[in-house]
Amino acid sequence: MHRGEDAEALEHAYGAGGGAQHIRLDNITKIEGHGSVDIKVRGGKVEYVKLKITENKRFYTQAIRNKPAISLPLMTSRVCGTCSIAHLTCCSEAVENAVGYVPSEQTLLLRKLSLYGMMIRDHALHLYLFCLPDIYGKDSVLDFDSSMDGMIKSAFAVKSAGNNLSKVIAGRAVHATFAEVGKFSHIPEKGDISNIVGQLKSVRDFAIEFIETFYKCDFRLERDIDFVSLVSKDYSFSRGDVEDSSGFCIIREKYKDYLNKVVIPYSQALGYKFRGREHMVGALARMNLNRNSIHPATRKDVAKPISAFPSKNVFHNNLAQAIEILHCIDHSIEILESHDFVAEKNDPVEIKAGEGVGLLEAPRGTLYYMLSIDKNGKASNGNIIVPTQQNQIGMEKSIVQMVEESDAVEHEPIEHEIEKLIRAYDPCMSCASHFLKVNWQ
Amino acid sequence: MADKKLKIGWFSFACCEDSTMVWIELMNDRFFLWKELLDIKHARVLKRNNSMKGLDVAFVEGAITTESDARKLRSIRKNSKRVVMIGSCAINGMPAAQRNTFDEGTKKEIEFLIKQFKQADSVRTIKDIVQVDDEVPGCPMVEETFLQVLDKYLKEFGVKNA
Repeated sequence: MHRGEDAEALEHAYGAGGGAQHIRLDNITKIEGHGSVDIKVRGGKVEYVKLKITENKRFYTQAIRNKPAISLPLMTSRVCGTCSIAHLTCCSEAVENAVGYVPSEQTLLLRKLSLYGMMIRDHALHLYLFCLPDIYGKDSVLDFDSSMDGMIKSAFAVKSAGNNLSKVIAGRAVHATFAEVGKFSHIPEKGDISNIVGQLKSVRDFAIEFIETFYKCDFRLERDIDFVSLVSKDYSFSRGDVEDSSGFCIIREKYKDYLNKVVIPYSQALGYKFRGREHMVGALARMNLNRNSIHPATRKDVAKPISAFPSKNVFHNNLAQAIEILHCIDHSIEILESHDFVAEKNDPVEIKAGEGVGLLEAPRGTLYYMLSIDKNGKASNGNIIVPTQQNQIGMEKSIVQMVEESDAVEHEPIEHEIEKLIRAYDPCMSCASHFLKVNWQ
Repeated sequence: MADKKLKIGWFSFACCEDSTMVWIELMNDRFFLWKELLDIKHARVLKRNNSMKGLDVAFVEGAITTESDARKLRSIRKNSKRVVMIGSCAINGMPAAQRNTFDEGTKKEIEFLIKQFKQADSVRTIKDIVQVDDEVPGCPMVEETFLQVLDKYLKEFGVKNA
């Protein structure tokens, strides 16, 4: 097999430093953004793991300062390409809460659908393009031979349905154009709705096949940690309050009060603990805490894979994402078939001084926005906490546990195992690196 | 199968990788076609075994914020017959280049981070550092323009009939 520059960058210094083993992955692949891992092992024990988010900072925290509040969602959606709709929506909610604006029911429903479109597309990217090659022992989806053509077609068909759902509802899947503070500037056309419902129905069976694939996958690393997510009646990613796996409940506006900031000097992102403990956010946490609210059509077809939850196996984050894809398809079909979307006259958003919180489940977990707006309608303060920051400490601890439980540390496969484990968390380095609150006054 | 494929690399510097996402979404309808026409030799988002040697076309997304990224970009240029800037960050540096416009107080505030993470004094565009052959504007890149540029190089390198 050809070993390219990234593979060559894997350094081995076995035997150096009196029996210490040094493993470095300089450029983790098939994730969103740039990251690396540096591990030192001695006598089967990990001396240190440094997961470095190497994505270069773009200083959004400073850049949004003194910008008109109404324009902030457009700016912050540029934090991340793949989950831009999550940033756009969460930031819009924070602005609305800061100025006391209540969006219409239809606007909230369109937001729900745009989040569903993003989940389908983003999870499909992670599962089918980043993770499937691991299951089939290949480096890349590009290396699959023609016997896998059918599966690849199914994968792109599911992803395409998510992409098109976002286009119909929000204008674009990446940096959506119709979603604004307080409203959608465009109401989906009946013909487009009918087409997208047909497309969503046509990919249901493919989504179910992939759930089976991830259900059968035997990758395993069990962690005794807290799982944290929003809990809502319809598993819709945007409403409800926060719960953890012990049943502890927090009203959404207070979420940040329970997060403990941890400075990680070698990483371009802060880490966070929850109530002083390591926690995990994302699809696994959501499935553990919301599994009773899965759409009935999804439950009917994949009851057995759903019964794998609650789970402590971090690789089940992939299975949870696969099930979420089907849930998003089924709930979207139900909403689109049962609602008429009409042009409505929205009350204008009156920008005034205030402070507001936005909170939702982005594909990778709980996303928090806090914005303060001054009397001139400009941002005077802001804080954004993204899922990958919250999972950073957990990723390192999971690597320690996996390396110490493995007897393969002296062999190259351990590096691939570490990459697979990091990929299971579905980290987004672009998101993680851009927020560091410094001396903001 | 086409006898000759266009050897391409896809590279990202400081940005939100929105154009990478658009590129991957374009594959929804073109994966098998592109498999025939393209030899994707470097794409961190898709594979681990990457090589940038002897590329026909390098597509480069993002702005340059560190000297090490500038060195990597020069190396991409050296190894590629054509370099195409992809998206707003590559072409005009924004939004990463917002820090070039910060007032002195704000610059002072982030100074320790600039030093700690060895960031360059200012954010630069791709063409500030290397000679470029083409660009695909947009935030994210405009799909149709990308397809036109790709088609142009497929023809230029004899992969597709002119």
